[in-house]
Amino acid sequence: MSAPVDPGTLVPQLRAICGDDGVITDIAQRRTYESDGLTYHAAVPGVVVLPTTTAQVAEVVRLCAAHGVPFVPRGSGTGLSGGALPRPDGVLIVTSRMRRILEVDIAARCAVVEPGVINLDVTRAAAPHGYYYAPDPSSQQVCSVGGNVAENSGGAHCLKHGFTVNHVLGLEIVTPRGEIVELGGKASEAPGYDLIGAFIGSEGTLGIATKITVRLLRAPEKVRTLLAAFPGMDDGGRAVSAIIAAGVLPSAIEMMDALAIEAAEAAVRCGYPSGAGAVLIVELDGPAADVDAQFEEVAALCRAAGAFELRSASDPDERARIWKGRKSAFAAVGRISPAYIVQDGVVPRTALPEVLARIAELSARSGIRVANVFHAGDGNLHPLVLFDDSLPGAAERAAEVSGAILDLCIEHGGSITGEHGVGVDKACHMPEMFTPEDLETMAWLRAAFDPDGIANPEKLLPTPRLCGERPGVRTGVHPLVASGKAELF
Amino acid sequence: MSGEQGAMAGPGASASRRGGDPRAVLEEVRDAIPLRSGAGDDAVGGVVPALVAAPPDAAAVAKLLAVSARHGLTVVARGNGTKLDWGRPPRRCDLLVDTGALNRIEHASGDLVVRAEAGAGLAELDAVLARAGQRLVVDPVVPGSSLGGVVATGLSGPRRALYGPLRDLIIGMTVVRADGVTVRSGGAVVKNVAGYDLGKLHTGAFGTLGLITSVTLRLHPVPSAARHVWARTTDPATARGWILALLDSQTVPSAVEVDWPVEGPIWVQVLLEGAEDGIAARARDVADLLEGAEAAEEAPPGWGVLPGRAGDTLLKLTCAPPDLVAAVQTLRTATERAGVPVAVRGSAGAGVVHAAVPADADPVAVHGAVSAARAALPRGWLTVPRAGADLLAAGLDPWGEVPGLPLMRAVKDRFDPRNLLSPGRFVDGI
Repeated sequence: MSAPVDPGTLVPQLRAICGDDGVITDIAQRRTYESDGLTYHAAVPGVVVLPTTTAQVAEVVRLCAAHGVPFVPRGSGTGLSGGALPRPDGVLIVTSRMRRILEVDIAARCAVVEPGVINLDVTRAAAPHGYYYAPDPSSQQVCSVGGNVAENSGGAHCLKHGFTVNHVLGLEIVTPRGEIVELGGKASEAPGYDLIGAFIGSEGTLGIATKITVRLLRAPEKVRTLLAAFPGMDDGGRAVSAIIAAGVLPSAIEMMDALAIEAAEAAVRCGYPSGAGAVLIVELDGPAADVDAQFEEVAALCRAAGAFELRSASDPDERARIWKGRKSAFAAVGRISPAYIVQDGVVPRTALPEVLARIAELSARSGIRVANVFHAGDGNLHPLVLFDDSLPGAAERAAEVSGAILDLCIEHGGSITGEHGVGVDKACHMPEMFTPEDLETMAWLRAAFDPDGIANPEKLLPTPRLCGERPGVRTGVHPLVASGKAELF
Repeated sequence: MSGEQGAMAGPGASASRRGGDPRAVLEEVRDAIPLRSGAGDDAVGGVVPALVAAPPDAAAVAKLLAVSARHGLTVVARGNGTKLDWGRPPRRCDLLVDTGALNRIEHASGDLVVRAEAGAGLAELDAVLARAGQRLVVDPVVPGSSLGGVVATGLSGPRRALYGPLRDLIIGMTVVRADGVTVRSGGAVVKNVAGYDLGKLHTGAFGTLGLITSVTLRLHPVPSAARHVWARTTDPATARGWILALLDSQTVPSAVEVDWPVEGPIWVQVLLEGAEDGIAARARDVADLLEGAEAAEEAPPGWGVLPGRAGDTLLKLTCAPPDLVAAVQTLRTATERAGVPVAVRGSAGAGVVHAAVPADADPVAVHGAVSAARAALPRGWLTVPRAGADLLAAGLDPWGEVPGLPLMRAVKDRFDPRNLLSPGRFVDGI
């Protein structure tokens, strides 16, 4: 490998590989790729390529490797941690033209797809046969399966059905050296190290998935959804604990606080019970008899915890009405605040009441409003930190509150990210969760795949350049503003 | 003598004395960690370790490995020792680390999470969890296994068909690296995407990337009712039809097993779990998909354990569920031609079954049968997790051809560049 070159000098070769229409050099067009769903971080990519085949991806990566040029993989660009933030000195490899569903094998309960295939399209292809693809991130109408693999995406129903890593049987990847490697397939447990498990969630730092074999699940016989309104968050929290303690495993348990409800009401008139300090959405799926029995149990537990109104839905339209407020919540806060930060942290479920109380204190002390929307079943918080970006210093104060919420998660034994990923956004927070030795070991894995360090550099793991000489020790505020693409969250 | 020389010892090196006298080099830890000479029943796949250490806690494991690594000693971990003859024998075993004293269990019942040390037995774990009405959905395929042992061998049982394999239940892991440094990955919460999930790499790695000292796992509530339903057929096509019909049904079986003995009919066995109210109706729905179905609350004989007898040669066949019956037939054809009996049992629902061949079968014939079956099956489908010395001497490669090997080697080279951890036990001599 020679010294890194300007990616612009590779354009003729990139055109030869991807065709003229597969290479974007125009500055205005490149600028449309300058950020992913986390718009605060932006950088115009040196060159954008849109390959259509695995062979093209491999050739592009080999070209990058030969010239020491970094590359950044990108799917639909809906990520929320800046994982697909481009590099001016690098090539952005966009998989959105690799969008074929190659096979739907119902008997083997799997589908083989290209990385640019939209998440929901997998379910659409399987639905006529009575099957579906379980991971359902909120952005599932636009996000790509390749991006889901990079981020190990979850979704509201991962409480019961798991994350992307639990639903991928096989991968074809292009390594950072441009080699095409098949891992797994329709047969599970291929001999050797579980490189599929290591690759999923690696945020584009171990290569690019070019073909993905995903598991399909049989659609449940019955799905029922319960909306329960409580006077306060404590009451809702007690209901969640009671449901778990009773041995019920719903497919989803979602919670919203008064401010989030207010926002959703303003935006989509979801018609949640008025006067609710908290609403809980509990969804059950499975054999009809099980679902009905558990539904009655959950309803009783909610009433016992203080629920003053219960609504139940068992057909898709009714369910959609219940989910409408929840699904629109992130975008909806735009109605009650000019700007906001979406945080993503996790705490052990039993720590939820304590952490929510501490967030309320933080909010009261700082005068920064925080709306809470979260996956209560697995302790995954998405506090929305609201501020007015026209006021000087407001963004910084909001960022401080957002960062303090992450500190709370770590303090309670949780995680700095449950589903949005580390990316560029939280790389400097990694040392708060892991020791230097833990991170060194992770770097070993990265180096095994990418000895030259060209695959999505400066993402996921902290670097001195990104985080200062003492990575992770925050010396100033870390202002992040997520807005504009809220409907994708 | 330099320890480094020992570390360079290649395949076929004898079992001791390449890295200096292990007893002498470990003198500095003797006060804190009980040490003794290895004996015949400590053997790892026939290789008797020079020394056996029983560190009292995880910190002692780290200390032990730091010292042993400095002197280039090779290390194998042992839990309850039920699968030490799995994989290839280590090229060398200077030090066997017995994790028996690492048996602490911290059950966070409200979070449906448990953190347990590697030496904890699955049975002990189960007893603790059951008090809170919870369970770790890991079937004891090999009775008496320790948690560390099942994780290191990546062994899952019948319920994997619904709950996923063991690796899907692991949310965090603490490992002592080859250089004796203790590191963590994952965490204590189920939903977590911070950093690489290194626990996945260690699961099923046969101790070649690190010594697992504790594992954090997600738990499930114990269902209020369970029902076993099964049927028998002598026709493989019928068995295949049943399996696919069960998987295509909405009865949500926790397990769909196949038990295909040497002689006699094929058994297709279903486990249903869930609410008491619904279990009878679901059992009827399942019975309707079979012919001559029987149902009981108790499991049918042989449920959830390996086929054959202790000490048998053990094969593992993995494929997509629709291909399973044909793949087993391919294997049986190969073994019949070689005059070797084979018994098959495992998860038809997940497409992972084990096959047992008597330990005293002619090794040349068994090797021939495995080679013939491998030639007829896609690569990676047939491995031999447990093979006796004769069979290995006959030239059998227990792991067969492994896709992705260069990447696996690259990982091993980063994690254990001197090949100190279970050298040779894993794929391609890793």
